[in-house]
Amino acid sequence: MSIDQSTAARVAKLARIKVEDDQLPALAAEFNTILGFIEQLSEVDVEGVEPMTSVTPQRLKRRVDEVTDGSQQDKVLVNAPDAREGFFAVPKVVE
Amino acid sequence: MAELNKLGLAEARDALRKGDVTSVELTEACLTEIERAGALNAFVHNTPEIARDQAKAADARIKAGDAPDMCGLPIGIKDLFCTKGVPSQAGSRILEGFLPEYESTVSGNLLDAGAVMLGKLNMDEFAMGSSNETSVYGNAVNPWKVDDRELTPGGSSGGSASAVAADLCLAATGTDTGGSIRQPAAFTGITGIKPTYGRCSRWGVVAFASSLDQAGPMTKSVRDAAIMLETMCSHDPKDSTSADLPVPNFEAMLTGDIKGKKIGIPAEYRMDGMPDEIETLWAQGREMLADAGAEIVDISLPHTKYALPAYYVIAPAEASSNLARYDGVRYGHRAKLDQGDGITEMYEKTRAEGFGDEVKRRVMIGTYVLSAGFYDAYYNRARKVRTLIKKDFEDVFAQGIDAILTPATPSAAFGLGEASDDPVQMYLNDVFTVTVNMAGLPGISVPAGTDAQGLPLGLQLIGRPWEEGDLLNTAYALEARAGFVAKPGKWW
Repeated sequence: MSIDQSTAARVAKLARIKVEDDQLPALAAEFNTILGFIEQLSEVDVEGVEPMTSVTPQRLKRRVDEVTDGSQQDKVLVNAPDAREGFFAVPKVVE
Repeated sequence: MAELNKLGLAEARDALRKGDVTSVELTEACLTEIERAGALNAFVHNTPEIARDQAKAADARIKAGDAPDMCGLPIGIKDLFCTKGVPSQAGSRILEGFLPEYESTVSGNLLDAGAVMLGKLNMDEFAMGSSNETSVYGNAVNPWKVDDRELTPGGSSGGSASAVAADLCLAATGTDTGGSIRQPAAFTGITGIKPTYGRCSRWGVVAFASSLDQAGPMTKSVRDAAIMLETMCSHDPKDSTSADLPVPNFEAMLTGDIKGKKIGIPAEYRMDGMPDEIETLWAQGREMLADAGAEIVDISLPHTKYALPAYYVIAPAEASSNLARYDGVRYGHRAKLDQGDGITEMYEKTRAEGFGDEVKRRVMIGTYVLSAGFYDAYYNRARKVRTLIKKDFEDVFAQGIDAILTPATPSAAFGLGEASDDPVQMYLNDVFTVTVNMAGLPGISVPAGTDAQGLPLGLQLIGRPWEEGDLLNTAYALEARAGFVAKPGKWW
């Protein structure tokens, strides 16, 4: 599997990381090096093997469906780059 | 008492109990050393006011009697742990200015026990690296030196390792996703343990790869590791993978008696091109454990060579998901926008400016292996290989093996800048440690010798799940026979 520049650009877009066009060839080359390393996994016989979901066998705990926390609007917003009137502020999303 | 900063946790605890020293004195000694050690770039956010207040409170608590073991002991906290009101950036530009409104469970456990926080420690950005060279703060430097070169303290917990080895603090917290406690411990001649997945709460620890991340102590001795680990562990309802198991008194389990224990030596850890020094150290380790009465058994962990490639699918995949939260909306950096930029441009510019190259690389690899059409070929296959890796360990434990002895790293510390060109070459640093994260097991690195140049080398012991006490005891027996007491000469 070889990654070309357009695939690299598509991955960058999916990851929401801006990559300048002139950096795409180097990025694609790095991807190919890393994926080449990962490619060894195709040697392993995984027929009938379950993919791991939890490394320690445990059943996730359940709890009563009730509010146990909240009312911390100021604390939630205090680190926001732009917070106004009790909300996170972002550029216009809907025209 | 001279040079209080050089004490370990156990010695300092005992001295505090006897009234030979106060926490204020210990803390001042460390703060003075930290100020003189700028060249190591280990501490990146100093908190002397907090430390002095905590030290005074600890002295009062000790005087009142019945204070916990960690009370009054000055330590450093890796920058990955959120600490209330203190910068917690995970070594990244994207979290510049972030001041958590809460305390991570692990650091909270330590502070509740009366430990004194000296400051935050350097690390690879988001714990992604093996040399501390991806940090926004710049490189942390190994106090060990053999020539003019500055050496890496390893990574990602490089600042923690450097600070403990240089006696800037009595001990430090680390985190380990693929070897980030054990590799830097080995590179700096200190002890580091990654407990069983689920022993330490991940709540409030900036997430890298949630199914692999575990916190653990980095200390000057195995006894110190036992003391600090016990305080760090707890069941935490805020982390759904936190184990609801009692935490034993690990220190009380250090008898040094390992007679009849079966120690496995995995054939697959004998790698092509492994330096003779590592091979020799490993052989010496076998002799030391045999001398202590253990039975040495050859074992096979057949899927070992696939652990690292599987890790480089699973860890980036989880990272790409975890790091999606850094979007310039809720905390940290937001890029300056141009006229007409919308929310997508905000995300893309913010993340391009805020993340370093290695983080971007891993987020994008993770995005790729999770993307439509590749999910089965990469991500699901890697998860199946992970099942096989874990089964390898289960099989040998079922044969009666109590612990497994391996080298901790494939080399001693290398020079800063010498290995950063090729990402895959850098990844190979974790070849002996990453299997342990993939299988969720406890693993400890114990300093056991030096290479020809005099740089420290570590041996790794891998234990059964939840049996950290037994593992620490085996490590204790190894430590006693290795007798590693060398310290770096002070140049900083």
